[in-house]
Amino acid sequence: MMQYWDPRIELMSEEKLQDMQYRLLKYLVYRLYGFSPFYQRRMKEHGVHPDDIESLSDIKKLPFMYKQDLRDHYPDGLIVNDQEELVRYHVSSGTTGKPTVVAYTQRDLDNWTTSLARALTSTGLCRGDVIQVSYGYGLFTGGLGLHYGAERIGATVVPMSVGNTERQIELMQDLRVTAIACTPSYLLHIGEVAEKMGVSIKNNTHLKRAIVGAEPWSEKMRDRIESWLGIKAYDIYGTSELSGPLFTECEAQAGFHVWSDLILVEILDPDTDEVLPHGQRGELVVTMLQKEGLPIIRYRTGDITAFESGPCSCGRTHPRLQRLSGRVDDMLIIRGINVFPSQVEHTLMGIKEVGEHFMIEIDRINSLDDMLIKVEIAPDAFSDKIPDLIHIRKNVEHQLKNQLNVSVHVELADPGSLPRFEGKAKRVIDRRSM
Amino acid sequence: MNSEPYLIKQVSLFSENKPGRLAAMAKAFLDEGINIKAFSIAEADGFGVIRVLVDRTKDAYLKLSSMGFNVAYTDVIAVEMRDEPGGLYEIASRLADASINIEYSYAYSGKEKAVLILRVDQVEDAVQHIREAGFNLVMQQEFS
Repeated sequence: MMQYWDPRIELMSEEKLQDMQYRLLKYLVYRLYGFSPFYQRRMKEHGVHPDDIESLSDIKKLPFMYKQDLRDHYPDGLIVNDQEELVRYHVSSGTTGKPTVVAYTQRDLDNWTTSLARALTSTGLCRGDVIQVSYGYGLFTGGLGLHYGAERIGATVVPMSVGNTERQIELMQDLRVTAIACTPSYLLHIGEVAEKMGVSIKNNTHLKRAIVGAEPWSEKMRDRIESWLGIKAYDIYGTSELSGPLFTECEAQAGFHVWSDLILVEILDPDTDEVLPHGQRGELVVTMLQKEGLPIIRYRTGDITAFESGPCSCGRTHPRLQRLSGRVDDMLIIRGINVFPSQVEHTLMGIKEVGEHFMIEIDRINSLDDMLIKVEIAPDAFSDKIPDLIHIRKNVEHQLKNQLNVSVHVELADPGSLPRFEGKAKRVIDRRSM
Repeated sequence: MNSEPYLIKQVSLFSENKPGRLAAMAKAFLDEGINIKAFSIAEADGFGVIRVLVDRTKDAYLKLSSMGFNVAYTDVIAVEMRDEPGGLYEIASRLADASINIEYSYAYSGKEKAVLILRVDQVEDAVQHIREAGFNLVMQQEFS
């Protein structure tokens, strides 16, 4: 029996949803033109007035907003409301530049929580479940977002945050945890540490589901997580600029539903800015239809995805997006070819002789890009014969070349020797600019 | 011919090509009181394989595994050689005549005897030919 958090919205006809989106967009643009100096200036520079928005597709008349805009207006230059109307701030880590500040009104928090309440319900999570939230709590949006979303639907929350993996596993057993929210690489790390402790996640815990995201992962990684840990793994999407984690896959596990009353999504060619035909992969550009504190219009997320086609078997009418296949700014250009680290991961997951952990190191040798990929050799693939090991290495090089269309070097590393990541994975060392 | 009694369990371990890997293994053996009887390192481009015969094979395997090394047992045979010119030739030529391929080999020359350790593709044939030629094969228990 399919459960819905808010069937009135979740099952609404697409026509009605689009009608609602148009009205929300129109209201949003008028409001910002009136109250946001930044947006008014941007729209004037762009030669567009709120009166020009006469249909949903007129969104393409509006100017884009970039991460750089958020950084340039640090800390609060883009925030529309007076401070006393705000109930929370989150601040991005700023690892790739100046930090960005996201401000929330009470209504922003409500919409964020509602979005996750619908999403978590769509994964089958409900009252009676115990969910361990192993995303970071604090200025990062992952922990608190999942926390309130799960509480809203009546699940019992264990607010673990990241780190102290052995304690995570102990509490998972002791509190009979049924679901976990964390990054996919951290989930694999938990599985490895549990095995070292003599605990099988599959046989010695009550874990049934994982809500994983915040870093790129692949279908093969899902297969490995599900078969190894004996659970179902659901993709989650969201970034701090949009509020935080917002959307998950439903039980059909075929792309994450984006709630049309909250967000309007476009998929554009990152180079030409043109709208791509339905189903083609491109940059996700989002407009948050009801966001108040930090308004987001045509925001270039830098995330690469595509629309899933056809209606979802769960009955929900809201569009679905495929799991992210990389980031526009993670894109590596190796000898003129676009390469995403996620493609490397996807390929490695299909080669049983190597583990799923890897590092990419890029150098420029004699003015040519050189891509080195370090992989760990799986314990049961180790042969004492050098030619066998060389064969494994050549096979990995061959398969990566086929997938990436660029030749790479592969280096075999000791098992467990490559870095494990508890937050966002940083698997690329690009020394070309150093 | 049953070659089983003559097979010796060698511990093989994968090693990245970086400083300190051999020392890490050797320190582990020191800590466990495991004595190395013979060892060799084979190196390829970017990695190596350390092969070692020790007095307590299973303890060595478990210790190295627990340290995160990629470890495997490999069956080898150990032939006693005459410790004088021609000693290696007698054995190698015998195997060559029988078309037995040596995958790898290493040797040590001790106070009492010289020993040639062999990894071959057809182990039963190798044992048979070596024994028929009158050479002595060292058994596992002689290492412990």
